[in-house]
Amino acid sequence: MSEPVVFTYPIDGNNFTSAGGASVAVKQNLRALGFPDDVVRRVSIAMYEGEINMVIHAHGGTATVTVGEDEITIVLADRGPGIADVERAMQEGYYTAPDNIRALGFGAGMGLPNMRRYTDEMRIDSVVGTGTTVTMKVRIPEEGA
Amino acid sequence: MKSARQRPSRPANPPDPAAAYRHSVAIDGEKCRGCTHCLAHCPTQAIRVRGGKARINPALCIDCGECIRRCPHQAKKAVFDKLSDLPKEKIHRIALPAPSLYGQFDRLSDVDYVLQGLLELGFDGVYEVAKAAEIVTAYTRRYLARTDIPRPVISSACPTVSRLISLRFPSLCRCIIPILPPIELASRAARIEAAKAHPDWDPASIATVFISPCPAKASYVKNALYGEKSDVDAVLSMSEVYFALLNVIHPGTTPTIQSQTGMIGMGWASTGGESSALLNDRYLAADGIENVIHVLDQMETGDFRTLEFVELNACPAGCVGGAATVENPYLARVRLQALRRYLPVARQYLPRGGAVPKKVRFAKPIEPKPILLAASRLEAMKKMQAIEKILPTLPGLDCGSCGAPTCRAFAQDLVEGTVQMDDCIVRLRESVAAQKSAEITESAPKESQ
Repeated sequence: MSEPVVFTYPIDGNNFTSAGGASVAVKQNLRALGFPDDVVRRVSIAMYEGEINMVIHAHGGTATVTVGEDEITIVLADRGPGIADVERAMQEGYYTAPDNIRALGFGAGMGLPNMRRYTDEMRIDSVVGTGTTVTMKVRIPEEGA
Repeated sequence: MKSARQRPSRPANPPDPAAAYRHSVAIDGEKCRGCTHCLAHCPTQAIRVRGGKARINPALCIDCGECIRRCPHQAKKAVFDKLSDLPKEKIHRIALPAPSLYGQFDRLSDVDYVLQGLLELGFDGVYEVAKAAEIVTAYTRRYLARTDIPRPVISSACPTVSRLISLRFPSLCRCIIPILPPIELASRAARIEAAKAHPDWDPASIATVFISPCPAKASYVKNALYGEKSDVDAVLSMSEVYFALLNVIHPGTTPTIQSQTGMIGMGWASTGGESSALLNDRYLAADGIENVIHVLDQMETGDFRTLEFVELNACPAGCVGGAATVENPYLARVRLQALRRYLPVARQYLPRGGAVPKKVRFAKPIEPKPILLAASRLEAMKKMQAIEKILPTLPGLDCGSCGAPTCRAFAQDLVEGTVQMDDCIVRLRESVAAQKSAEITESAPKESQ
């Protein structure tokens, strides 16, 4: 058993065009580590959606990815406005993104549902006015299984 | 015992499936000054400067030619074949001009003059790659009509993109259209056509010679990228052929040979030509290796799900921007537009519907060959941990002075044991400064005495 590898990325909330960069960096690292395609894909999609959310709604934050031998944990922490009704936010198609962001093709209300779909575990801790922390886990199937 | 010891020790790199890949981009050791221009622009970080000279890691190089474009000392070169390298028995030579060739000439009113010029240069026949491109377009339409294929479909025409996908975007290998690129179909068709026209020629005496805008096509021919050996016998540099052609193209004369290509085939020379020919609005066409990487990254994240077709060209503006072309790619594209204007839409047709025959398909699917840090995940994790530990101690400037493109790449090289910490110039300067100030403090009390 080896110690987990931890990657930390600051997510710049003021730069919409660079959003998604941390997801690409994580993808490359996971691939270099030899994780199966499916795992790499799920982590990078979940992370991408989360990253975009942080930029659209929360002025950025920090993404921490902990790569263990049997699971990958993604923690996205921001000091944004918080989510008032988490259950509603999890509904497909429910959105609060402004029109200018939606015009770019984002904010379709699929971000959080996609994050849940592509991960094995997901928890949202949110306090209105303080910020949101999303914790996601992707379990790694045993090799040869 | 002794002989074993003399062998240079190698870092414990993972076994490399691509080591045998034969490249067409090389470094001229005499011209290389060990500057770092190429480092930063290599899209796969395949270059390191060691001992004052750049070196290319063949396992990572994708023959994009970016380093050739960036090198201020012309120390990177594209390696092509020479006609004199062909086996002696190959006496009948058929030229396969890429459509980008036509865009190189100023005030060309008709493609036929270029084709005639190739005959004047001594070729025994010409088969236009643009003609084969129209056939590929027709098969692509058939392929896209299927409902059981992974979408969006990615073009297989640019060998640099295909190799990039297999190394860096392995999950997208399945999206690459399994139809052979125009160069391959052109070679095969040229051979059949020549044998028909000249029943007296021994088939073994026929050589097909591609006139290439880029080194990547030369690599394609050498490496069986699509599962079987290429049918093409030799690949010449477009710029070399261009200068030879200048002497033999005479616009006053009447060509004896006629182009068999329409707008669609010629359009393949620049970005958007291949995809717009599909008569389907849901396509994306991008060029320039950095843009291509961005698109592939987004495709992997699941964007572009509604697209049917993705055309990606490593070179700016498409094949007209290849590292072996002469003319400014955008000017070449304008010229091709003028040449295309009064041509029929296409001159090669296939009946609608129907299957894509086996003879035009890949012999084997493109294999994913991801670049691994180590053969086992445990070992790779250890290395990654070591890299992450070193990274915060480095300056983070990505200056390239150490000979690696980024601080991260340097950290990896350190872990692999191919460099030492002192190779980081910034760190070295800091430690020298620290040493000096320590000396001054030591000597200070003496002075006051």
